[in-house]
Amino acid sequence: MLTKEEVKKIAKLARLELTDEEIEKMRKDLSGILEHFNSLQKLKEAPQDETIVSPVAEIRKIGREDKAAPQTQETNKKLIGSFPDKKGNHNKVKAIF
Amino acid sequence: MDINNLTIEKIHEGLKQKDFSAVEITKEYLRQIEKSDHEIGAFLFVARDSAMEEAKKIDKRISEKQDLPVLAGVPCAIKDIILVEGQKCTAASKILENYVAPYDATVTKKLREQRAVILGKTNCDEFAMGSSTQTSAFKITKNPCDLERVPGGSSGGSAAAVAADMACYSLGTDTGGSIRQPASFCGIVGLCPTYGAVSRYGVIAHASSLDQVGPMAKTAKDCELVFRAISGKDNLDATSNDLPKINYEMMSLKNLKIGIPKEYFAEGLDPEVEKIIKKTITKAEKAGAEIVDISLPTSEFALACYYIIDPSEISANLARFDGIKYGLSENKGEGLLDVYLNTRGRGFGPEVKRRIMLGTYSLSSGYYDAYYKKAQKVRELIRQDFAKAFEKVDVLFTPVSPFPAFKIGEKMDNPMSMYLADIYTVPLKLAGLPGLSLPVGKIGNLPVGLQIIGKHFEDYKVLKTAELVEQLQ
Repeated sequence: MLTKEEVKKIAKLARLELTDEEIEKMRKDLSGILEHFNSLQKLKEAPQDETIVSPVAEIRKIGREDKAAPQTQETNKKLIGSFPDKKGNHNKVKAIF
Repeated sequence: MDINNLTIEKIHEGLKQKDFSAVEITKEYLRQIEKSDHEIGAFLFVARDSAMEEAKKIDKRISEKQDLPVLAGVPCAIKDIILVEGQKCTAASKILENYVAPYDATVTKKLREQRAVILGKTNCDEFAMGSSTQTSAFKITKNPCDLERVPGGSSGGSAAAVAADMACYSLGTDTGGSIRQPASFCGIVGLCPTYGAVSRYGVIAHASSLDQVGPMAKTAKDCELVFRAISGKDNLDATSNDLPKINYEMMSLKNLKIGIPKEYFAEGLDPEVEKIIKKTITKAEKAGAEIVDISLPTSEFALACYYIIDPSEISANLARFDGIKYGLSENKGEGLLDVYLNTRGRGFGPEVKRRIMLGTYSLSSGYYDAYYKKAQKVRELIRQDFAKAFEKVDVLFTPVSPFPAFKIGEKMDNPMSMYLADIYTVPLKLAGLPGLSLPVGKIGNLPVGLQIIGKHFEDYKVLKTAELVEQLQ
């Protein structure tokens, strides 16, 4: 079973604030699920790294010109409008340091 | 007007023949929502005014004898994880409770081009994470076939809306079974298209190597009509592509090679479900199909593989919900880190948190090789398994779910038991293949779905097969 400290460490990496109750439940739930994941270790003949391809491997790779597709002014206004906090057209955030 | 027998084709014909107007048909569906949805809870929002406005415009077009696309005036519902400009889009999460879509998803835009009437947004599991629609932060959706049972999930609202005649068709999304399983539980048809067949632009991302948008409707033909409208290459989704133009109109079950993977009929499958699926296979055989027993040996590893890859991608995709750009923002703390922690701690529900934690764990140094990397290797084996099977057969027939709709409240305490509900729907997703759920029988009131799996970009063949099997019922 995962320890309380392990759960706290993952929560911090995941930027999640968890209550003590949530941490306890998470210990139990994650341990049960991870146990199921371990069934993969039974599978020995996994292919080498270089053979890993995407599931759409047969499809040729496609590219496009690296050009921005500008939004309309109306959409821009809506996007800015959904900022939780702003000053003029700028998104206002708390100090990082 | 008897709306429980209406299909897209019938509405289209009716509008053309002036048997009814678009306003009348829209009103009829809105009336049905008013009558039934307080009990079922399929919708999160009903867009009454904009639906009526669109219907009026369509009637004007008809009176002016302008051409009428097949979806014009046909009322539909859209899963609340797909953006519809000007309407709320919550992904059934508190973190987006007041978020209004600033633009249309490509699929929405394509439906609008066809002049579809959008009735509203349907309930789902929070960020489409779940198999019963019970993780929605807002409401429980009930199965119209039995109100004590779940409609399946995550597109449970979309399935229930169609099954209860509150929409002619709906759009859902399928990451690990979220279209097919609710379609199976509610007794409708649902297609999860080939990965890349439909653009995901404007669809709130869950796991990007798996997410697909697809149609849910009463018949295979209706699913095909909607799929035709929403599929194709979109410059705004680099993974999207056009489908080859092959006409399957003349296809019949005669000489169609149907593979039956034995791993899908093993322990854990409800014997009643098995009986119904096997009976359908026999019917197809009598109609001339060739039944081929096959094996997909890596099937037993698919669920573990999926539940590593899916949460890993979730943990990355959901990093964007940080209280900075949109949605809920808890900015009472000291610095930026507090904004992140508090917003996400308050905004996400238990299943979303669980998957973010699982993904973060699987991707963290020390566990990356044992979990994420191992899962990617297994994913490749699963893909090869299917590729080998499709050298011998045209399509595969399997059950969609090991059991019919379960009781509300069931499986909520034990996440692993909920994940096991996806055992037959996740393998094909890891290979990017199309899969469809077709209702083929009932246990009491509870529908049972047949899963039809096809090759990459052979979605139309899967749809045609479904149509042919439908005719045998």
